[in-house]
Amino acid sequence: MGNLFKIAIRNLLRYKRRTLLTASLITVGVVFVLAFVSISGSFKNMMIGQITDSMLGHLQVHRKGFVASIETLPLNLNLKNGAIDRLEKILDAQPEIEAYSPRVKFGGMFSNFTETSSIRLTAIVPEREFKTVPLLPGRVTEGSKDLKPGGILIPELLARGMKVKPGDAAVIVATNADGSVNGKQFIVTGVMESATGPGGRDGYIHLDDARELLRMEGRQVSEYAVRLKDFGKLAAFGEKLDGLLARESNQQGKPIFELHIWEKLSPFFNIARMIDVMTFFIRLMLIAIVLISIMNVMIMAVYERIREIGTIAAIGTLPGKILNMFVIEGFCMGVVGALIGDLVGIALVYILNALELTYNFGQQQGLILQAGVSPADVLMISATVIVVSVIASLQPAFKASRMEPIQALRHT
Amino acid sequence: MALISAKQITKTYRVGEVDIQALRGVSFEIEPASFVSFIGPSGSGKTTLLNLIGCLDKPTEGTLTVADTDVAALDRRASAEFRGKNIGFIFQDFNLLPVLTVYENIEYPLLMVQKVAPVERQKRVTALLAAVGMADQRDKKPDQISGGQKQRVAVARALVTNPKLVLADEPTANLDHDTAYMVLNLMKKMRDEFNTTFIFSTHDPKIVGEAETIFTLEDGKLNEDKGKGGNGHGKSL
Repeated sequence: MGNLFKIAIRNLLRYKRRTLLTASLITVGVVFVLAFVSISGSFKNMMIGQITDSMLGHLQVHRKGFVASIETLPLNLNLKNGAIDRLEKILDAQPEIEAYSPRVKFGGMFSNFTETSSIRLTAIVPEREFKTVPLLPGRVTEGSKDLKPGGILIPELLARGMKVKPGDAAVIVATNADGSVNGKQFIVTGVMESATGPGGRDGYIHLDDARELLRMEGRQVSEYAVRLKDFGKLAAFGEKLDGLLARESNQQGKPIFELHIWEKLSPFFNIARMIDVMTFFIRLMLIAIVLISIMNVMIMAVYERIREIGTIAAIGTLPGKILNMFVIEGFCMGVVGALIGDLVGIALVYILNALELTYNFGQQQGLILQAGVSPADVLMISATVIVVSVIASLQPAFKASRMEPIQALRHT
Repeated sequence: MALISAKQITKTYRVGEVDIQALRGVSFEIEPASFVSFIGPSGSGKTTLLNLIGCLDKPTEGTLTVADTDVAALDRRASAEFRGKNIGFIFQDFNLLPVLTVYENIEYPLLMVQKVAPVERQKRVTALLAAVGMADQRDKKPDQISGGQKQRVAVARALVTNPKLVLADEPTANLDHDTAYMVLNLMKKMRDEFNTTFIFSTHDPKIVGEAETIFTLEDGKLNEDKGKGGNGHGKSL
């Protein structure tokens, strides 16, 4: 095999300019794909991080049927005492979980005593919420990030539209599960930007205040947001937890809980998928570049060496060995193109990071691009290039191996 | 026992709508260690006959036995294996592999065809390099040596596997007078040393003069003469 490589490499070096051009083309393709994967991956990870770490959590658990009715934030679908105990027992037993946070979600009216507007409220235990969604305090743009009972974090939309600032008093009026209306006065603790762009109407109050405002009897929770120690294990853990929760049923034998990972709860998952689709097509382009360039070179190589093929076939070289000889040439070109492309691509990623390029996402301004490419991506792209190079060489190599020695020797 | 036995061989090529009969019922036998020349005008069937003996082509009719093997019955792979084991080739244009050195060109059949162990390989290649007088040129590429030197390398490559038979198609056509004689003498020496049968297809009177048996082909039919060597290691039937 080593001799086949020696002959293949010498044949490649025999046509230096052509080999260099083809390897360069592959290199450019690999660099382009690595740059795209690193930038789009960085944007995607940032976006997912923003969504999960400042709002949703990695996954959420609700009472069965809650998510289907989430637009109305139904209080009658809250989890209650027994279910809460059962769920927390399961969650506490999972070593993969870093933190989880109980929430009560409801809709209400926000009044500054002169104007009134609708608001969606999430009632939280701040210490637990901030552990579960650690970027949440970072969304507070004015006032205090610390939420105590009696305080409210209001969205920028309401603060601007109703000219409310931290320290102002405001009233929340909400309908409880029985349909009766209650109100409670709050002090605006802070103003926060929306995680998903302008137009967000989400505010935060303390869970104790929600109990009082909604006149809850006993403990009630609309959802549990869960944060994992390793986001990469989300899918596997989601399946595991789903299995555990499926065993918990009510007196009618129907499941109590439903689990949703962040992808099922956010429209931003579609953007993430679009990025994946774009990345897929960029990879397809790379495959096309490698396929066409290698095939072209190998067809030319076979054509130019017909007499040599006839000679080695005549002196007894088996067809399989002739096939290997040409396939190895394609393989070597793929390896060289991929290796140089990897090195240049990784260098480019370092340069992009060193330049500290900034971009905006939603309300977030001046986010620094943190391009990154994983070893798995580098390996996958390199392996793709090498495998496609081999595939592209197969047809010309097969043709070479099937040549009749007499006809090949007669070729001029 | 004859090394090569041909009985009533015909070879017909189809060119467009026309059948061209290159060989018409050719029969002959060639003994081991012969120095045989097939001569005849262009189109007489010399190269066709060499191709058949060399298992590069198959007869349309008749039987052809080389080294006790019915070569017409061999498939593509078996033919290649048979050639690699039993036959050496010397081409008019030398056909050395340009990316390999002189040493590597000679070594190629041992390495890529016969898988001979490194020590034995080195021994055989070095011996043949010395025998053909190319030891001092061993690291040169074919484009760095003369035509005569190339043909000496080609002779060494053909002999390195210790074949029973070497087929040479117009081996001196591209060589000057002195070089052609030198290559011919080399081949005779090799025949004497290794007991290898040499078969030529040629127009070259130098080769014809040196051959022990001469077969003349005309219009695909065969006549036999005794050559200079005169001991008649072949005969037409």
